[in-house]
Amino acid sequence: MAGIEIAGLSTVYPNGVRAVDDLDLGVVDGELFALLGPSGCGKTTLLRTIAGLEPATDGKVLIGGRDVTREQPGARGVSMVFQDYALFPHMTVAENIAYPLRVRRAPRAEQRLVAERTAEGLSLSGLLDRRPGQLSGGQQQRTALARAVALETDVLLLDEPLSNLDARLRLEARTFLKRLQRELALTTVFVTHDQAEALALADRVAVMESGRVRQLGTPREVFQRPADTFVANFIGSTPMNLVDGTVRGDRVEVAGTLLPSPLDLPDGTPVVVGVRPEYLVVAEHGFAGRVSTVENLGVTSLVTLECADGTLVGLVVPEQEEPAVGAELRATPTPGRSLFYGEDGLLLATA
Amino acid sequence: MPSVDAPARRWGSAGARDVAGLGVARAIGFVAPALLLIGVFLVFPALWTLYIGITDYQLTGPSAAAPSVVGLDNFAAALDDALFANSVWLTALFVLGSAVVGQNVLGFSLAWLLSRVRPWLRRTTEGLVLLAWILPGPVVAYLWFAVLSRDGGTLGLLLGDPTTAWLVRYPMASLIVFNVWRGTAFSLLLYTSALAAVPPSQVETARLAGASGWQTVRDVVFPHVRGHVLTNTLLISLWTANDFTPFLLTAGGPNHESEVLPVLIYRQALESGRLGYASAVSLLLLVGNLLVALVYLRLLRRRS
Amino acid sequence: MTPAWVVRRIGFCTLIGVVLAFFAVPMLWLASAPFDADPGLGLRWPDWTLANVATTLRHPHALTSLVNSLVLCVVATVVTTVFAALAAYSLSRVRIPGRDALLYLLLLLSSVVTGTAAMVPIFVMVLQLGLIDSRFGTALVIAGGMLPAAIFILKDFVDSVPRSYEESARVFGASPRQVLGHVVLPVARPGVATILVWSFVNAWGNFLLPFLLLRDVGKQPAAVLLRTLQDEGGSANLSVIPVFSLLYSIPVVVLYLFVSTRYGFRFHGGIKS
Repeated sequence: MAGIEIAGLSTVYPNGVRAVDDLDLGVVDGELFALLGPSGCGKTTLLRTIAGLEPATDGKVLIGGRDVTREQPGARGVSMVFQDYALFPHMTVAENIAYPLRVRRAPRAEQRLVAERTAEGLSLSGLLDRRPGQLSGGQQQRTALARAVALETDVLLLDEPLSNLDARLRLEARTFLKRLQRELALTTVFVTHDQAEALALADRVAVMESGRVRQLGTPREVFQRPADTFVANFIGSTPMNLVDGTVRGDRVEVAGTLLPSPLDLPDGTPVVVGVRPEYLVVAEHGFAGRVSTVENLGVTSLVTLECADGTLVGLVVPEQEEPAVGAELRATPTPGRSLFYGEDGLLLATA
Repeated sequence: MPSVDAPARRWGSAGARDVAGLGVARAIGFVAPALLLIGVFLVFPALWTLYIGITDYQLTGPSAAAPSVVGLDNFAAALDDALFANSVWLTALFVLGSAVVGQNVLGFSLAWLLSRVRPWLRRTTEGLVLLAWILPGPVVAYLWFAVLSRDGGTLGLLLGDPTTAWLVRYPMASLIVFNVWRGTAFSLLLYTSALAAVPPSQVETARLAGASGWQTVRDVVFPHVRGHVLTNTLLISLWTANDFTPFLLTAGGPNHESEVLPVLIYRQALESGRLGYASAVSLLLLVGNLLVALVYLRLLRRRS
Repeated sequence: MTPAWVVRRIGFCTLIGVVLAFFAVPMLWLASAPFDADPGLGLRWPDWTLANVATTLRHPHALTSLVNSLVLCVVATVVTTVFAALAAYSLSRVRIPGRDALLYLLLLLSSVVTGTAAMVPIFVMVLQLGLIDSRFGTALVIAGGMLPAAIFILKDFVDSVPRSYEESARVFGASPRQVLGHVVLPVARPGVATILVWSFVNAWGNFLLPFLLLRDVGKQPAAVLLRTLQDEGGSANLSVIPVFSLLYSIPVVVLYLFVSTRYGFRFHGGIKS
C-alpha cells in the first residue's frame, strides 16, 4: 500500500526520441489511476519505467516514499499484468499464480495455499490444474490478475488490461476490475488508449501526448473541462464540436451565429469554441443549419447540422425527437458547457 | 488483439535493450564459447586458405617440411589449368541441371500438385521425398550406385539393358539425376509453405474471373512466390556447388569427366599432394560462395 | 465427366505415380537386400533370411563404426546445442555492441565456409596439431561448422518467445538464471529439440570431415566405413553392406519421425523460408 511520486522523469531512446518528457505525476495511495492517450504518447513507457523495465534517463520514481529509480524490477514492490497476460504456458494455473512465491523459494505447501486462496477470490477455484491454453479469455485475465495480487505488493500496474477481451466481456471485466481494486485498496495504475474505459474505471486520469501530461484530473473534470483542444478531441465518445470563431465584444461569432462569451479579449481575436454534441439542445437561437445526417446511437441519435458557412456541427437528441434529413434546426449549448480555446489550444474560459 | 501502442516493435532500443536483465558482460560470456569454436574452425581456416594458397605447400616431399611463398603462382596455374577449367564447367553444369532447373522445377511442381490431392497421398509423397533427404549421404550414394550399376543394377533391369554402366557412360547425367532425387525435399518444403501463404481469396478471385490453372499460377501465385524462387535457387545452388557427395558416386571419373570442384580440390590436395594449389582453388570457391551469399542476403533483406 | 477431364485425371495420376516410383524405387533396395539370401545390386523380391544380419554383426568394424558415429554425433550435438542456445539467447535478448554485424557475419559464414571450401586448411591444421585420428577433435570441427546456422535457427525460436514472459518473471523478482530456467527454456523447448535433431542428423551423415581426419579404420564412423567396405570390393560385402546401410540409416529416420510427430516439421532444412 503506497503512493507513487514521479519527479522530472524523462526517458530518451538512443535514437533521440523523448518517449517521456520531464514528467511530474503523483498517484495517491489506494487510488485507481489511468494513463490515457493515443499510440506513441509514452504512457506504456511511463508504466514500464515505474516497473523498472525501462531505465529512466532523468528524474526520479518514488514508491511509498522510497526512491526506486535505480532498483531492479523485482525489488520495487510492484506487480504487473502485461497486455498479453504473459501466463507461462508450461505451468498450470496454480503454478502461474504461485510463481512470485516460487521465485522467493517459499515452501511448496505455502505456494499451493496462496494459489488456492487467491484463486478463490477471483472465481478461479475449479481451474487450478488447467493450463493457460485451456482457459477462456476472461479466465486468463483473472489468472494474470491473481498472479499479480498473490504476493500482496504495494503497487499494481496494468498494461491495457482489457484490450485483449471481446467487446461484451470487456464491459463485465471493467466492473469486475473496479470492484476488485476497491476491495483490495491496492494502488493501481493502468494504461489504456480507450477513453471510455479510462473515464469509467479511474479515480483520476492523466491524459498524455508526446511524452507529456496534457491534463490530470478526475474523469468528470477531464470530460467537462478539457484543458486543451487535444484533450477535448480525445475524450468523449462522440466527436467534440470544435469550431473556429472570432471575438465580437462580449460575444463570439461562430458558424454564422453569435454566442455569448465571457472572454475579455480585443475584437477580432480568433478563438476556438468547443461544445460536446451531448450538451447542445434544439432551441430558437444558437447554431443554425440544415440536418445533413442522422445516426442512430440507440437511445439517442447523433444529428449533423450543416451551417450556412459550411461548418458541420453535431448534436445528440433523444430518440423521440429525431429530426428529418433536410430539416432546418437551431441548437444552443447548455449553460456552463461551452468551452473557449485560444489559438494555442489552451482553455481560456467556459460559459 | 494487439495494442495500438505495440510495445514489442517500438522498443528496438532502450526498453528491450536487455529484456532478461542479463547484463552486457554476462551476455558476452554466453556468446563467447560459440564464437571461439567458430573462430577456430571456420574463420581461421577461411583466412588460412589465403595464406596456404600463396605457398607451394605439399603433402610430402621437401615442400612439406619447408614450404616457400610463391605468390600468385598457384592462382595463375589454376586459371591456366585445363583440369580447373573442366571442373568449373562441370560444376556449373551440375548446379544448373540439378539445382537451378531440377530441384526447383520438381520442388515447385510437386508443391503445387500436392496442394490439391488428398491428405494421405500428399503425406505419403512428401514423406518419400523427405526420406530421400534424411537418409545419410553415403547411403544414398550407395543406393544410386546400386541402381546405376552394370550387371544387375535396377535401372538396367527396368530398361532391359544390363550391359550399360550408367555411371561410366553418362556420369554427369547420373550425378544430376541423383542430386535431384536427393535434394528436392528442401525446395518442396519451401514452396509448400510459400504457396500456403498465398491468400486463398486471391486465388478464388482468379478462378471466379475464369482463369485456368496455368493462368492462376502465372498471375496470382507466381508474384507472391517470385521472391522465394530466387532465394531458394541461390541457396540450393550454393549447396550443390559445394557438395562432396559426387565423390562417393564417381570419384571424379571416368578420367575427370565428372570432376566437380569439390572433388578436384580433394584429389589435388590429398591424392596429388598439391596442398598449396588446392588451397588456391579453395579460395576461388570461397570467393564464389561469398558472392552468391552476398546477393542472397541482399535479396532477403530487400524482401523483408 | 467430360473426356477432357478424364484425360486430365489420368495424366495427373500417372504423374504422381511416376514421381512416387522415382523416389521409392532406389529406397526399396534398402528394405529388401538386407534380408536377401542372395543379394544383388538390383531390386528383387528377396529370399527372406536373417543370416546377413549375423554376418554384419560379426564384421570386425561394423558395430565399432556405429559406435564411433554415435560418439562423434553426441559430442558434436551437445556442443552445438549448448553453445548455440547460450549464444542465441543472449543475442536475442541483449543488444551487445556489434550484434547486428555479428549476426550478419554468422549468416555469411554458415553458407560461405563449407566443408569443401575449408577442407585443405582444416586438414593441414588438424595434421599439424597432431589431432588426426582424434574423434573428439573431429567432433569439435563438425560442431564448429554447424554453429552459425544453429545459432540462427535458435535465435529465431527464442525471438518468438514473447518478451513479456521474461519481463513478467523479472517483475516478480526472478533472477536471470531463474528466468532462463523457469520461463525461457521450457517455452523454447521445440526449438532446442529441433536443433538437437538437426545437428545430430547433420553430423551423422557427415562424410567429408571424418574421411579427411579419421584415417584409422577402427576410428571411422559409419559414414566412412560404408565407403571403405565398398572400396574393399569382393562379393562378400553384399551381405554386409545392405544390412550395414540399414542399421546406419535407422537412427536418423527414427529421430526425424519422432520430431515431426511431436513438434511438427518446423525446420525447412534449417533455414526459415
